[in-house]
Amino acid sequence: MSAIQNSIPIFADENWRLPSRGRVGMFSLIIGESAIFTIFVVAYIYYIGRSVSGPTPQILDIPIFNTVCLLSSSLTIWLAEHAIERGCMHAFAAWWALTMALGIVFIAGTAQEWTRLILHEGLTIRTNLFGTTFYSLVGLHATHVVVGLIMLSLVLLFTLLGRVEQRHAERIQVLSLYWHFVDAVWVVVFTVVYIVGR
Amino acid sequence: MADHTLPIPGAITAAPSRGAALLEWLHGWVVTVDHKRLGILYVVYAIFFLLVAGAEALAMRIQLAIPGNHFVGPETYNELFTMHGTTMVFLVGMPILFGFANYLVPLMVGARDMAFPRLNAFSFWLTAFGGLLLYFSFIGGFGLYGMGNAPDVGWFAYAPLTAKAFSPGHNTDYWALSLIVMGFGTLGTAINIIATTLSMRCRGMTLFRMPLFVWLMLVVSGLTLITITPLTAAQIMLLIDRYVGGHFFDTQSGGSAVVWIHFFWIFGHPEVYVLVMPAFGIASEIIPVFSRKAIFGYPAMVAASVGIAFVSLGVWAHHMFTVGMTSVGNAFFVLSTMMVGIPTGIKIFNWLATMWGGKIRFATPMLFATGFLFQFLIAGLTGIMLSVAPWDWQLHNSYFVIAHFHYVLVGGIVFCIFAAIYYWYPKATGRMLSETLGHWHFWLFLIGFHITFDTMHLVGILGMPRSIYTYEADRGWNTLNMIISAGGMIQGIAVLIFAWNLIDSFLHGKEAGNDPWDAWTLEWSTPSPPPAYNFGADPVVRSRRPLWDLKHPNDPDWKYEQ
Amino acid sequence: MQPGRRLCLFRSRLCALCLPCLCAVPALAQGPQATPSILAPASTPAHEIYNLSLFVLLITGSIFAVVAGLLAYVVVRFRARGPDAEHEPPQIYGSTQVELAWTVIPVLIVVVLFLTTARIIFAIQDAPEPKSALDVTVIGHQFWWEFRYPKLNIVTANELHIPASTRGAPEPTYLHLLSADVDHSFWVPQLAGKTDLIPNHPNEMWLDPRAPGLYVGQCAQFCGVEHAKMLIRVYVDTPQQFDSWAENQQRLAVDDSAALAGREVFESQACVNCHTIVGTPAHGTFGPDLTHLMSRATIGAGAAANTPENLHAWIEDPGTFKPGALMPAMQLSNQQVNELVAYLSTLH
Ligand code: HEA
Ligand code: HEA
Ligand code: HEC
Ligand code: CUA
Ligand SMILES: [Cu+2]
Repeated sequence: MSAIQNSIPIFADENWRLPSRGRVGMFSLIIGESAIFTIFVVAYIYYIGRSVSGPTPQILDIPIFNTVCLLSSSLTIWLAEHAIERGCMHAFAAWWALTMALGIVFIAGTAQEWTRLILHEGLTIRTNLFGTTFYSLVGLHATHVVVGLIMLSLVLLFTLLGRVEQRHAERIQVLSLYWHFVDAVWVVVFTVVYIVGR
Repeated sequence: MADHTLPIPGAITAAPSRGAALLEWLHGWVVTVDHKRLGILYVVYAIFFLLVAGAEALAMRIQLAIPGNHFVGPETYNELFTMHGTTMVFLVGMPILFGFANYLVPLMVGARDMAFPRLNAFSFWLTAFGGLLLYFSFIGGFGLYGMGNAPDVGWFAYAPLTAKAFSPGHNTDYWALSLIVMGFGTLGTAINIIATTLSMRCRGMTLFRMPLFVWLMLVVSGLTLITITPLTAAQIMLLIDRYVGGHFFDTQSGGSAVVWIHFFWIFGHPEVYVLVMPAFGIASEIIPVFSRKAIFGYPAMVAASVGIAFVSLGVWAHHMFTVGMTSVGNAFFVLSTMMVGIPTGIKIFNWLATMWGGKIRFATPMLFATGFLFQFLIAGLTGIMLSVAPWDWQLHNSYFVIAHFHYVLVGGIVFCIFAAIYYWYPKATGRMLSETLGHWHFWLFLIGFHITFDTMHLVGILGMPRSIYTYEADRGWNTLNMIISAGGMIQGIAVLIFAWNLIDSFLHGKEAGNDPWDAWTLEWSTPSPPPAYNFGADPVVRSRRPLWDLKHPNDPDWKYEQ
Repeated sequence: MQPGRRLCLFRSRLCALCLPCLCAVPALAQGPQATPSILAPASTPAHEIYNLSLFVLLITGSIFAVVAGLLAYVVVRFRARGPDAEHEPPQIYGSTQVELAWTVIPVLIVVVLFLTTARIIFAIQDAPEPKSALDVTVIGHQFWWEFRYPKLNIVTANELHIPASTRGAPEPTYLHLLSADVDHSFWVPQLAGKTDLIPNHPNEMWLDPRAPGLYVGQCAQFCGVEHAKMLIRVYVDTPQQFDSWAENQQRLAVDDSAALAGREVFESQACVNCHTIVGTPAHGTFGPDLTHLMSRATIGAGAAANTPENLHAWIEDPGTFKPGALMPAMQLSNQQVNELVAYLSTLH
């Protein structure tokens, strides 16, 4: 019944503006993800020092280099966002690639750490409570980094194919929100696992 | 089909064969990204599982009707109540309410679809797949070792009963996996609803002009984001324990059973508000329309909803008064739990005030909504009794608790779901549901409901614990259990009448027209059923009741609303 | 059914039917009942809970009366009637005063309810343990109870004996709750609220029943297949009865040469791996201690009466009474089972 619609009194609010649905969606996802991480972090903290047998968290080395890489990737992706907003696609591609590289270094660092723990320290996920909570919390975060890297590489691919343009800036920013979130979570995981828990 | 080369005149216009048309139609539903079709899919899916889980409940009631019964054995009984609870909560409650949200939220905010239609379809199919996975356990639970075996650890699956040592086979894995899958589906829907309400509103639809149903769905979706995810996290931990030998809940290696209980109820308690708040939304739409009055105290209703959501995050341990917390811990959770009663009370009183001075028409939706009001009041008050920790030391895990939560879940939510179906069915199908059958359905269900669940309070007080497949004949519970079971059967008949009404009215029901209830929100301005993109032209609103403004140009709402 | 029991039954049914008007009725029964009703408290914690529950019932009942009364009034008074249904009623959008009123009143009610509740929580949960208290360690097993009296050096199963506690010489019993496998919950409604038995998480509760007799209850936390048949029997004894019971329990198992054949079967079969009979080589701890099996009225945690026929059926296949019990059917010959029953029947 379009008659009704047309006769709904037009009350034109010229400045009718709503938040971008991409951003709202990503923020919601981030809130949900934070809750998952909270549960794992709480479990980690609760179980600190409750393993009935070794090894203990003292065998961990603080991954400073890794952390620096991951945190600076937040900066580089921010620079990439700025670049695409201004339309400098080359700069965008470069910063984006650098972000990815930093993420890959981080993952490689984690892989190296785990190899050492498993092969030399004999700590696996079934060894004791420390192993269980450590691998699941750090692994959960690493999974998020990997998912992020996959999405970043898709964007990079499309950029190199020339399909990403300035008008996609908004979407790129939504995606970078996720990356910033992954970085922020690392700060929490790092504090809990390597500082509080050690 | 075969002869593309020789077009015979007339063949092109000839209707495709019946089979092909059916396939076409099915295909249309499977690949749809339209929020209305997905909404209907959710609702149909949930009603199907309502019948299944209801049948499971009836089987339990037959077993418990007399002491020492051998209708089903202990193993089967344990599977029955686990599957009944899990199905009712995750395959009936959640999908049906999210189904209504899917159907109604875009229409009510004047949008053409949800914010992310494809994510929407994906979420539905995840949920559907999760349900199939859960029920596949009947066949696959024991894999190659023997016949099927459904999960049998209770819907809260306390550790360490779920550990490999006590729960061999794969039934618990099916349970955990299906809940993870459905959890992701729900998360997707929640994100979608939030984005739709915040970003897709039509011109003039400010936050404080949104219908209350939309507000409640917004709050529920926000709550879902932070309550479903802890369950997902806990299930991942459980699977880590079961599959790769982790120790989260392994009490032999220092793990803690109590941590699981906390995690489950950190999810489980807000979850019950996730279930009830859409029902509040439904009541808040139906009660004003059938009382012919604007909702009383709209801002207070919104504030109360947000308040309930916040408080509900801090009350989970009222399910744990008996696990041995400190007295201060117990006292804290008593207080926080009782505080939920305050915003909920505001809601009840506002509904009453809406009806006060109105001209109430008792069509079937309003009958169910009134039943909801009455029963939710009682349910809330028994909730308050349970929140009195010392009394809960007696009542916990007794049939009193079963009675309390069926009062909310059936007397509150299922009543609202029925109200909603009677109310919006004309919009979705273009036909009215039969009022005669509707009245039969209502009265039979009401009577059956009270016979069953009023009596459950009594056996609970007489010391009957839950989750038992049989009981001693000399405990004085025999008559009462027989009565409970009889009430269950009456409910079953009522539900069958309802199912018949759905089908029969779809084929032969009275034409509905656009606005059969003389209602006020935007969905009633569209044809029934609404066209693919809902609105011919994007609507513009300037009050909470756009159609009221239209129907009463001399006395529009926007002159009065605060 | 004995007449006394039938009376009890009738009484409990009656009390079930008159629940709503119970506020006025004093505690119904002081002694043990066949129905484990929480309305017949027989021990201090249960009593305090009962009084608290009456108070809460009074408050919630009044709220119910007021709100349901309003609802009924609205439904009757404001239903649309015939012709003048055409005009819409006056539209009212809200009223700050009224809304404030129905926010403040519930706040006050909540304060009252909370303070009363908190008082009882502390009174029951933090009651100091007197020196005269009897300590019992309760260990939950799938699907039976183990009771250990560390000071008396007694181990028994499924049937808890405790002394009555008198006003002059209070002798409350403190239960230390542990679990050998999964979660259970100890619930004897007439004596106290329930408390869970959780592995790795010791809990405590206490009882001080006055009236001697048999109090029934059962496991109240779903713990697996036979959760339903994990019944509890608490015998509250007079001090004399309790002492003589304890004395008997402290003895070694009776060694009756007439039952030697059965004893040999017992010791040559797997029974010894799971059961203890003090004074014999049987030291298993997976199943109930059988040293004084005949002092118990039931077997299988209340699944069946302790009679020779039932013992026979149980040993042949515990599944007859308790499908899913963790004791296997041992595939013994009828002869062997008869000998076993003869032997077990000597374990007074
Ligand atoms: C939709 C579902 C739903 C809802 C809305 C509620 C609402 C409430 N529930 Fe319920 N509850 C469940 C579903 C629900 N519950 C389920 C499923 C379980 C069991 C899970 C399991 O073990 O399997 C459970 C168990 C449960 C327990 C644990 C029992 C136990 O296991 O020992 C407790 C204890 O505090 C409790 C309390 C409450 C309270 C205080 C409310 C409050 O929200 C009620 C508030 C409403 C009112 C109070 C009435 C209206 C108010 C007024 C008229 C104002 C005046 C009133 C006052 C000032 C008091 N519930
Ligand atoms: C929305 C939630 C919901 C709903 C609607 C119901 C509805 C019902 N429930 Fe349910 N129940 C739960 C949620 C719900 N329940 C939960 C969460 C638990 C806890 C589980 C646990 O402890 O793990 C529980 C546990 C539970 C128990 C306790 C089991 C135990 O602890 O031992 C009982 C016992 O009587 C029971 C009974 C009923 C009955 C009689 C109904 C009736 O209202 C049902 C009405 C009847 C029908 C709807 C049947 C209609 C269908 C037919 C007549 C057959 C048609 C058949 C086909 C075509 C397939 N329920
Ligand atoms: C694998 C371990 C195991 C073996 C072997 C075993 N039992 Fe048992 N038995 C149990 C368990 C466990 C229970 C408790 C069952 C329950 O109540 O759920 C039990 C209970 C009993 C009871 C009842 C005790 C009571 O007070 O309730 C008797 C009698 C008994 N067993 C006798 C025997 C005899 C005789 C044998 C040898 C022929 C035997 N059992 C072998 C584990 C075992
Ligand atoms: Cu032990 Cu239930
Ligand atoms: Cu709760």
